[in-house]
Amino acid sequence: MAKIIVDGVEYEANPDNNLLQECLSQGLDLPYFCWHPCMGSVGACRQCAVKQYKDADDDKGMVVMACMTPASDGSIISISDEQAKLMRERVIESLMINHPHDCPVCEEGGECHLQDMTVMSGHNYRRYDKKKRTHNNQYLGPFISHEMNRCIACYRCVRYYDDYAGGTDLAAQASHHHVYFGRHEEGVLESEFSGNLVEVCPTGVFTDKVFSEHYSRKWDLQTAPSVCTGCAVGCNTTPGERYGQLRRVVNRYNSEVNGYFLCDRGRFGFGYVNSEERLKEPAVTVNGRAESLPVGQAAEVIAQFTGEGVIGIGSPRASNEANYALRRLVGAENFYSGVADAENACNHLMLELAQDSAFCNPGIKDIEKADAILVLGEDITNTAPRVALALRQAVRNKAKSLAAANNIPAWQDAAVRELAQYDLSPLSIVSSYATRLDDIAADKYIDSLSGQVAMGCAIANKLSAQAPAAAGTDSIDAALAGKIAEQLSQAENPLIIVGSSNGNVGLVQAAANIARALHEKRQAPTALCTLMPEVNSMGLTMMTNEGQSLGAALTKISNSVATKAIVLENDLYRRASRAQVDSAFAKLESSLVLDVLPTDTTAKAHYVFPVTTFSEQESTFVNYEGRVQLSYQVHRNHSAAQPAWRWLSDASVVQINDLVADCAGDLQQFAQLPEVLPDTAQFVGGMKIPRQSHRYSGRTAMKANLNVHEPKQAVDDQSVLAFSMEGISTQKNASVLGAAWSPGWNSNQSISKFQEEVNGELKQGDTGILLIKRVANSGAYFTDVSANRRAVGDGLALSPAFQIFGSDELSAKTKAIRERMTSAYISISPQDAQTLSLQQGDQVSLNGNGAIASVCIRSQMKPGTAALYPGDNDINPHELEETVQLQSAGNKAGGTGIKGLIVSDFYEEGY
Amino acid sequence: MTLEIGSALTIGLILGTVIGVAAMLIWVERRLLGFWQDRLGPNRVGPFGLFQVVADMIKIFTKEDWTPPFADKFSFVLAPAIIMTVILLSFAVVPFAPNLGIVDSNIGVLFVLAMASLGAYSVMLGGLSSDNKYALLGSLRAAAQMVSYEVFMGISLLGVVALSGSFNLREIVLAQEDMWYVLPQFVGFVIFLIAGVAESHRLPFDIPEAEQEICAGYHTEYSGMKFGMFFVGEYLGLVLISSLITVLFFGGWYGPAFLPPVFWFAIKAFAFIAFFILLRAAIPRPRYDQLMSYGWLFLLPLSLINLLVTGAIILNSQ
Amino acid sequence: MLKLIQDTLISQVVTLWTVFRHLFVKTDTVEYPDEQPYMFPRWRGRIILSRDPDGEERCVACNLCAVACPVDCIALQKAEKDDGRWYPEFFRINFSRCIMCGFCEEACPTHAIQLTPDFEMAEYKRQDMVWEKQDLLIDGTGKYHDYNFYRVAGMSIKDKDKGEALNEAKPIDVRSLMP
Repeated sequence: MAKIIVDGVEYEANPDNNLLQECLSQGLDLPYFCWHPCMGSVGACRQCAVKQYKDADDDKGMVVMACMTPASDGSIISISDEQAKLMRERVIESLMINHPHDCPVCEEGGECHLQDMTVMSGHNYRRYDKKKRTHNNQYLGPFISHEMNRCIACYRCVRYYDDYAGGTDLAAQASHHHVYFGRHEEGVLESEFSGNLVEVCPTGVFTDKVFSEHYSRKWDLQTAPSVCTGCAVGCNTTPGERYGQLRRVVNRYNSEVNGYFLCDRGRFGFGYVNSEERLKEPAVTVNGRAESLPVGQAAEVIAQFTGEGVIGIGSPRASNEANYALRRLVGAENFYSGVADAENACNHLMLELAQDSAFCNPGIKDIEKADAILVLGEDITNTAPRVALALRQAVRNKAKSLAAANNIPAWQDAAVRELAQYDLSPLSIVSSYATRLDDIAADKYIDSLSGQVAMGCAIANKLSAQAPAAAGTDSIDAALAGKIAEQLSQAENPLIIVGSSNGNVGLVQAAANIARALHEKRQAPTALCTLMPEVNSMGLTMMTNEGQSLGAALTKISNSVATKAIVLENDLYRRASRAQVDSAFAKLESSLVLDVLPTDTTAKAHYVFPVTTFSEQESTFVNYEGRVQLSYQVHRNHSAAQPAWRWLSDASVVQINDLVADCAGDLQQFAQLPEVLPDTAQFVGGMKIPRQSHRYSGRTAMKANLNVHEPKQAVDDQSVLAFSMEGISTQKNASVLGAAWSPGWNSNQSISKFQEEVNGELKQGDTGILLIKRVANSGAYFTDVSANRRAVGDGLALSPAFQIFGSDELSAKTKAIRERMTSAYISISPQDAQTLSLQQGDQVSLNGNGAIASVCIRSQMKPGTAALYPGDNDINPHELEETVQLQSAGNKAGGTGIKGLIVSDFYEEGY
Repeated sequence: MTLEIGSALTIGLILGTVIGVAAMLIWVERRLLGFWQDRLGPNRVGPFGLFQVVADMIKIFTKEDWTPPFADKFSFVLAPAIIMTVILLSFAVVPFAPNLGIVDSNIGVLFVLAMASLGAYSVMLGGLSSDNKYALLGSLRAAAQMVSYEVFMGISLLGVVALSGSFNLREIVLAQEDMWYVLPQFVGFVIFLIAGVAESHRLPFDIPEAEQEICAGYHTEYSGMKFGMFFVGEYLGLVLISSLITVLFFGGWYGPAFLPPVFWFAIKAFAFIAFFILLRAAIPRPRYDQLMSYGWLFLLPLSLINLLVTGAIILNSQ
Repeated sequence: MLKLIQDTLISQVVTLWTVFRHLFVKTDTVEYPDEQPYMFPRWRGRIILSRDPDGEERCVACNLCAVACPVDCIALQKAEKDDGRWYPEFFRINFSRCIMCGFCEEACPTHAIQLTPDFEMAEYKRQDMVWEKQDLLIDGTGKYHDYNFYRVAGMSIKDKDKGEALNEAKPIDVRSLMP
């Protein structure tokens, strides 16, 4: 710890950081633009000028940039020095010279860092009256608007987009005051993390296009802390609501999970909440026609579904409370996970591994610390995107260690990059097709699923002789396996990443064998990141036994052991073959489906009950690490939809707190669950935390067109939050922090006021509770590692492919996301394409069973293999075998084809 | 039925006139305040707004006459009755004209002072029985204020009594045929004027009902005609004090002969009423402690010195 | 002592005399409704939405009036025309709550919302005090005749491309090597 003196006051500071960061950590106000807590300093904007004095006797001092000066012990600086203040004022005046008169028509207005810093610097009168330079804008896709006139050339966008997120299609162009940030030509921003530009840009150059379509100012949004339901990472978000519509989702800082960034699926994939197609009232099917059912009769319907012969099918996209309520209603032995059998087996295996003390399941923050990484078979960018962004930081650990060896502070961003050039920590990717992370991968190995398993086994075998080398390993590149094994064994923090989205147990077993071998070598828990596909896959897995898969449930129905079924927020046609589900529904006497949107499953059900979405209910979700997080209700649903747990519970259950307590008592794994609920004792006199900002506008006019007599504010009997402006400020308890705001800091940069220190945990913060306890090291290797799951026939070896926009069921119902989605496609190698005489974009029928996909020829596909992306359930992958035969289906027009598909090895020829 | 002292006609006439004048003062005060503040005042009801009084009467009679459930019913009802009664009783000894009056009492001055003391009970009871903290505060202030200022009021009159050699108000008037007592007893007049304002708790000494601090003080809980009685009682007090000043210091009904005596009395009394209203329009209210220290530390010594000097001069001249 | 008398006695007498003299001063009261008072142009009465000199809606739905409003009686929703102009999809003022403070006019960056001298706004039904955009929008520029926000703003709209606003240089050609 160093001591620094700022304006005569002594502070404890970390000498490894720069002065700007330390001043902000102490809660001091110092303007800045180019510095970002996650991206270090480059000293570009000259805004954070302070005066530094050599010693106590120095009364002249000199102006330095706080972001480029280390907070070394004994530093004496002054923020309030007149000269420094004048410099900051003049600098911002020059930045503002060309800034247009746009604030009223700018989406950033009211949460604009440039506005805040201008006010903070004291520049308030425009002296420049000459012509302003202007720029033309570009179309950047359905997510991001571009307004280059507003640019102040801080370079944050390219430093984020290119350096941090690994994008390639945004660059600084031209020079001096002509500098331009954009693409080489108009077009969609390719990065899966482009949405963060909205938050990174300190002004309104990059704004949220989806939000702009139904825009509200930040102060008008009703917000609450929430958790993204797009994948199993569980990023923290702040959704904002106005006039009954969910308007936008922005990042909510969580030091252990997502930090400052979200992926585009999480940021833009919420539109289904506002969908016109939402189920609005309970319905009953009478003579093949759906009729609405009075809400009062719901309890009677539920009562029919008790007793003998009733089963419940849960869902990985439903909350713990909903799943638990169903499990309790039908009994633990009649509760099924509703996950496809193969994936279910993987999930249970991964849960088992999560309890083994030989491994640790790293969060995003730990992933960023890894210095050798092996990704086994998982297309992370498309199944758990935030992890992919973390991997891009992890590979820079090499650069950081080089910098440390050369005495360069880690925050000297430009210097560190200059020093390391393209020197990266080793990342090895074993996959079915070229992934979006290949540009940073030291080694990649592309093969069919069985080939990937064999590769995994080979690596494990190289690390430890005890680990079996699976059959078929002979064909594997042994040198590559050896190299990867070597890299992993030499690393300080090796990391193995595997997932269940392929539904391949062999991959998980192989990954576990590698991690166990590393554990043996290192004698320390080895990071084994086991990714699951959906938001609450882990919570559901923890609630079921391995045998309670969807297949088991369907068997029970077809054997007529079960005659009635409740299906919770689950479209079974995505989890099993159509024939199987159809025959099950045909056998059922009665069925009840609860869901948000109409699906093929709700169409078959006798009773359909509408349920609320993530933003309309309070719920808990368990992420892939076993971290349980609480997501608060943001706004109310004005239809008859209710949280699923409320439909499924009797009147004695009033709050989710009751269910959480029961669940913790009932299930050993969930014993710690109640700890995620906020401590209500801290709220004096039953005061609540307001969801609306202190400057929420239009209260007496919003509904005045309906009735001039304003209704009473809705009462929230569920949580510690209130649907009003009244209550204690969020400042007091940052763990229940919706929108961050601090006096003078209207933008999201105000988050530093809520952190213990910059990049630290939130004050009194809550990062979720890790539920899973590591019991003991089983020590045993998996000996029978098998890749095959279904019958093998002739044709191309098939593996699944994923898309960030489309593979998630609910976000795929969002308009903006749909613009980025493609139809189902099947990736094949150029060689196979030539053999089959297929062209890029041709329509093919799979196995001649009517399923149509577009052909996507990718130069790096291994001949003899194919990867199928089923679209938004355009093709049911559960009806396909391990191999596939393609027949040209002519040029039938079907959907968008593969137009707009972004893959790194697109085979351009002939398309 | 003749118009002579103590006849039923006289009593009726005086009672009617006094109450009528008090009621009209509601309108007079509002219009005068209006003019002094460059406004018009009530001018909509009848000619010059004269019927405003009627409108106000109708309003106050038809308002809900509410007695709070937490109040002490008996004293709550009694309080406004007391103030009306004692002030009207005070008028019994006031000589309006040579042949106009109710009683020709030789203890007139003492009777007036006694009645004024009883008036304090009305305010006390009203405040106490209301069981309301503002009312209680108001009545405490009223009690202290009235008890204090009665002392100087009494002492300031002694100079007049000494000069005239009588407690009989009619004889005091008669003694002023040559010279009004305001000249020899100017200090006594000033003290009596100030004490009179305090006794009738008119602005600027309306501390017991200071709106900005304690709502309406002792009559916070009163409504309808019970409030109306307090209201009219205040104006009656105003008329009484003005009449007494006229009688004691300004020669009562004496004046040039072109007008009958009772008119001179009325003109003089009305001049003082107008002056009291002007005080309300012009002078801000002092703090409670200022009022008390002003009374005890300034007015009391001053009135005693006045009495001593008057006594000394009378002794010297004999 | 003299000063004490001056401060206490004399000043009170002067006060009384000053106030008394007002008996002979003309009253300020205007006997509305028999007599119509003169309303100053900057009187803060009924609120209107004005149009710019081109006849287009001035309001750009920036929400600043709504947030400035101390009684929160303004609600609106931003929408965008095909030509890029922002405009309020609906604009509602609840005049039964409005206190005519004029903060909205002060906050308005485009001179769209203006207060007028009309104060006679009584209604028998409170619901009639809720005014929508069609009730508020007038066909003129109101008090400010020449101001046209989009002529000074940097956003391009139809008929005004980048670089065509007041004090704007032509757009930069990024590929040019000229300085």
